[in-house]
Amino acid sequence: MRRDRFALTVFLLLLSLAPWLLGEFHVTLLNYIGLYSIVALGLVLLTGVGGLTSFGQAAFVGLGAYTTAWLTATPELPAWAALVGGSPWVALLVGLALTALFAFVLGWATLRLSGHYLPLGTIAWGIAIYFLFGNIELLGGHTGITGIPLLSIAGFELRDSRHYYYLIWAMLLAAVWLTSNLLDSREGRAIRALKGGTVMAESMGVNTPRSKVVIFIIAALFACVSGWLYAHLQRFVNPTPFGLHIGIEYLFMAVIGGAAHVWGALVGATVITVLKQGLQEILPKILGASGNFEVIVFGVMMILMLQRARDGLWPLLVHWFPRGEAVRSAPVGERLSQRTPPTSGTVLLEVKDAVKKFGGLVANDRMNLHVTAGEILALIGPNGAGKSTMFNCISGVDGLSSGEIRFLGERVDGLASRDIARRGMSRTFQHVRLLPAMSVLENVAIGAHLRGDNGVAMAAFQLDRKEEGRLLAEAARQIERVGLGQYLFEQAGNLALGQQRIVEIARALAADPCLLLLDEPAAGLRYLEKQSLAELLRRLRGEGMGILLVEHDMDFVMGLADRLVVMEFGLKIAEGSPDQVQQDPAVLQAYLGGVG
Amino acid sequence: MDIQIALLLGQDGITNGAIYALLALALVLVFTVTRVIFIPQGEFVAFGALTLASIQAGRVPGTLWLLLGAGLVVAIIDLIQAVRRGTGRRIAGIIGWNILYPALVAALLSLLRPDELPQVAQVLLALAVIVPLGPMLYRLVYQPLAEASVLVLLIVSVAVHVTLVGLGLLFFGAEGSRTTPFSEARLDIGGIAVGGQTIWVVIASLALIVVLYQLFERTLYGKALRATAINRVGARLMGISTTLAGKLSFLLAAAIGAFSGILIAPITTIYYDTGFLIGLKGFVGAIIGGLASYPVAAAGAVLVGLLESFSSFHASAFKEVIVFTLIIPVLLWRSLTTRHVEEEE
Amino acid sequence: MIKKQMLAGFVGACAVMAAPFALADISVGVNVSATGPAASLGIPEKNTIALLPTTIAGQKINYIVLDDASDTTTAVKNVRKFVAEDKVDVIIGSTITPNSLAMIDVAADAETPMISMAAGAKIVDPANPKVKWIFKTPQNDVQMSTAIVEHMTNAGVKTVAFIGFADAYGEGWFNEFSKIAEARKLHVVANERYNRSDTSVTGQVLKVMAAKPDAVLVAGSGTPAALPQKVLKEKGYAGKFYQTHGVANKDFIRVCGKDCEGTFLPAGPVLVAAQLPDSNPIKKVALDYTTRYEKVQGAGSTSTFGAHAWDAGLLLQNAVPVALKKAKPGSKEFRAALRDALEGLKNVTVSHGIVNMSAQDHLGFDQRARVMVVIENGAWKLLK
Repeated sequence: MRRDRFALTVFLLLLSLAPWLLGEFHVTLLNYIGLYSIVALGLVLLTGVGGLTSFGQAAFVGLGAYTTAWLTATPELPAWAALVGGSPWVALLVGLALTALFAFVLGWATLRLSGHYLPLGTIAWGIAIYFLFGNIELLGGHTGITGIPLLSIAGFELRDSRHYYYLIWAMLLAAVWLTSNLLDSREGRAIRALKGGTVMAESMGVNTPRSKVVIFIIAALFACVSGWLYAHLQRFVNPTPFGLHIGIEYLFMAVIGGAAHVWGALVGATVITVLKQGLQEILPKILGASGNFEVIVFGVMMILMLQRARDGLWPLLVHWFPRGEAVRSAPVGERLSQRTPPTSGTVLLEVKDAVKKFGGLVANDRMNLHVTAGEILALIGPNGAGKSTMFNCISGVDGLSSGEIRFLGERVDGLASRDIARRGMSRTFQHVRLLPAMSVLENVAIGAHLRGDNGVAMAAFQLDRKEEGRLLAEAARQIERVGLGQYLFEQAGNLALGQQRIVEIARALAADPCLLLLDEPAAGLRYLEKQSLAELLRRLRGEGMGILLVEHDMDFVMGLADRLVVMEFGLKIAEGSPDQVQQDPAVLQAYLGGVG
Repeated sequence: MDIQIALLLGQDGITNGAIYALLALALVLVFTVTRVIFIPQGEFVAFGALTLASIQAGRVPGTLWLLLGAGLVVAIIDLIQAVRRGTGRRIAGIIGWNILYPALVAALLSLLRPDELPQVAQVLLALAVIVPLGPMLYRLVYQPLAEASVLVLLIVSVAVHVTLVGLGLLFFGAEGSRTTPFSEARLDIGGIAVGGQTIWVVIASLALIVVLYQLFERTLYGKALRATAINRVGARLMGISTTLAGKLSFLLAAAIGAFSGILIAPITTIYYDTGFLIGLKGFVGAIIGGLASYPVAAAGAVLVGLLESFSSFHASAFKEVIVFTLIIPVLLWRSLTTRHVEEEE
Repeated sequence: MIKKQMLAGFVGACAVMAAPFALADISVGVNVSATGPAASLGIPEKNTIALLPTTIAGQKINYIVLDDASDTTTAVKNVRKFVAEDKVDVIIGSTITPNSLAMIDVAADAETPMISMAAGAKIVDPANPKVKWIFKTPQNDVQMSTAIVEHMTNAGVKTVAFIGFADAYGEGWFNEFSKIAEARKLHVVANERYNRSDTSVTGQVLKVMAAKPDAVLVAGSGTPAALPQKVLKEKGYAGKFYQTHGVANKDFIRVCGKDCEGTFLPAGPVLVAAQLPDSNPIKKVALDYTTRYEKVQGAGSTSTFGAHAWDAGLLLQNAVPVALKKAKPGSKEFRAALRDALEGLKNVTVSHGIVNMSAQDHLGFDQRARVMVVIENGAWKLLK
């Protein structure tokens, strides 16, 4: 048995025995830890993995808590609500539905916020919702709602905190299981790609706004479940536990525990709950009961902890209990279906009078070029000539100012890059955009995103395994094809920069494109590596693929490309075969500066 | 609502907005230089005001102990480092700034009768206690984390905020304080009575903004800060120490915070935990400015002040709901109109 | 190295946590809001607990004091600790109404009597069967509201504006006050809210002034209640000012200064103990408390909130000897006996009034528990 499996088994065993080993109050503490962990787990998904910082989770906890409080503890519900009133379990469903709706609307409005606007957006609605709770008389105002009933399961009333313990931890472990499954899937990779920037993910066909809303809703639903459990454990709700301070504390837990790791949520919630409790009991004995030193000592300890372990405590724990080295073999699976390649000589890409302006700067001026199937076209020019801008316009990262771009005869300028990707264009980036903490295999599998269609729910319940196997097998094949077969399970960040560029090519190939855009693929490669890269590109050309290449290494380009387009100051100054271009006076002028 | 009420509300909004604007500037400064979202900014407001109140009441402000303590810890850490690295010539400076200076302030506070000093001297004493806490805080908390991610720095800021609020309660108690106004004068502007202190707040805020501008444009340190803000790595290559820039920005942030507190303490009651909400509203302004643009941040802060003032008139119970709901469309608008360069971390 | 130290510290901490209490003693779990928004109320209560006697009728009393940070989750967690781990015989707390309400279920389910120090009448609402286990020492908002309304109508006030905290305190006051005012034909013309830590209330004040009320009632606690009054004065409002008993501490007068001269408020008699006639039995008890408190905390430091904690102690001092005759501390029977004894208290003089408990009334105060006070020359003056 692998050591991490073993650790998990021991942990689960201890968990199931805990209520019988620990005193009643410690079980109560574990209950609170469970409640907090569920919320923090949502934040791991949202903030740690997805890179979206939210201070507002407490508001969703409140939504879950208030829904059930109102539906189960109001003596006389209005007629329209009486239908679903009374049962906590129905209230849970209502709460989840309400939360999903709320999160969808809020997510739709605030997830468009970029950068630092988003955290503030979450603060804004977090505060707004908190004060709404306090001002709605129906919900007991600031004073709160009392008399929330106990939960019962099939007639068995959960009287004891031990009973609640099993319910809370069962729900938490279920959430951990669902989240882990989700992260280890096609949609999960798309979510993990969000943190590396949306440009790459979009270019691989990921609908990033949708992915963001999805994780936002999932995090909100977790919070809602926690709130529902909280209300029935506490038997009382008022606005204070759902304010901004608590929202910040949830984020605190996730980060302290290790925001990038599912188990970090549990570690963070545990450490903070136990620490606070411990300090409250120990400090008065040391420092006397007169002052309130708890928060001060707590704050200082947190600062020191973050200084020592800025990625949170979970990575440290893992470090102390190293995983057993698993014997992993390359994934195998049925081949994915492939698109029929266009016949050689078909015009794949056509750029007509493309102009791109940034403010007053004209980066591309009336550019024209075309690429046919089974051809390598190299785009060359000095630094700042506008080559990468051209790339970005073609792949849909940037919009054109005027002109048009056709791909397979269809106009694609103005389309989102994920829609262009879907049509069979794939690219690499000048500055490598891999996810350094993910394995090479998973990085490349992102490229195959559009070749699967299993969604979030399928992944969470592991119903996607067949398709997942085929996607990973395809990724492995492409890695094999570019010659990095021995690095399948290596973290991408550990490879040399040149190798990372090759991984990017594998990722682009995993999309099964008919046009490949490569931005300086040979940079950082050694001579032999360049040779094999050139060999690979020739083979692809032979299979009918069109390749558009930006490259500075002239030996590499001249030996490889069928045609060249030379750019300077945003303008095309020459076009033709390598030989023609090498004789062109304008090109000589641009490159050698005034010779002749 | 008649014109007079609108004018009064506007005046109130601008007064509060001026303070938020100052804090917004400090937050933008700290963020651009160090990438720290400085949540404890508000605590400096409260500490500044309450320290001055303590001095005026003839008590020794608790923050003095913080200064002495923090100075001692910084000195110990820096001395150990200096000895290890063999940079012995720094020892005099370390002891001077972190031990002798706090001791001097302590001596002044206990030897003079601060409650009988002229108000200007009291204000200077309060600043002398609070402002050095900024760089000390940077040294102790943020310098070891200079390369950490924005999220980690943010969470550390939350921890610092929690600690400082706890210390505030310990030093100043749960009840609030006010200080003596700089001016008891009342002016009549267009039929509206305006308090002298209100005018002080607005004028002093404007003056401070001008001073800051001059500082950034004209002085070497200011230029160094701007360089660091624009390109951290580049600035370091040019020999501008990240640490020095960080300490400088925290010094300014502490000074702006403490000064803001001293400005408003005569017109409102300040509590040990007042800082958070004031800081938060400054933060809103700063974010509206994209954590990058000083003028937009200041304008955003004034907007928050005005929103607050008018909504507290119309539906006071829903004030926060209104203010923060209205901020969302502003954020959306800013987010969509600002060209967003994807940051790679 | 550091890890080892941390480990050692943790082990030591566990040892301290596990230290058992001697079984025969009476354990009192005290939950106060000593930090967070209600700190100005909770701190004097916490200070007062330190003054309570450590033996009653020869039995040693252990006070276990926890802070709930004005947060309901923590309050409930603390109470769970009291009943599950410390096996307390009685609970005192919490400082504020929402926290006290949240604690009711846990205390009642554990059949442990609880004495709340919060104002809300809902805490001991006899309609709730769980309230059997719950008692409280502060006057209900209703009683205080009635006193204010009476004073207003006697003074010829016809219209009143309300400005209170945007929390449970302001909400409780508005609900009770507006009900009674309505009944007495006193018109409430404005209802404004502000946050404890707001730096400006100009908007609310202008709204109040636009309604031109004869009087303004500010419902806040501690120094934050001074802000609306100061701004109203500054803007030239000339009507009468009323405050609630929440402001009854020295700091309020310090911060409000001359702007609060002539302000009326209802309060427990302890606030003006020295001015009570000698014939009033409360005077002796109240003076005893203020003397003890000020001896430790300094002259003039008494707040009526600390006195609520003192009164909780007095109730115990009267009830515990009765309960001890029936059962041994630390047992379920003792807690039940203590509850019965608390409910059976008659004519117990405490610093805030005279308590006569019954099954229907777990507060037990009559009109002797409140006096009207006016602020004069920076001091509280009893209105005769």
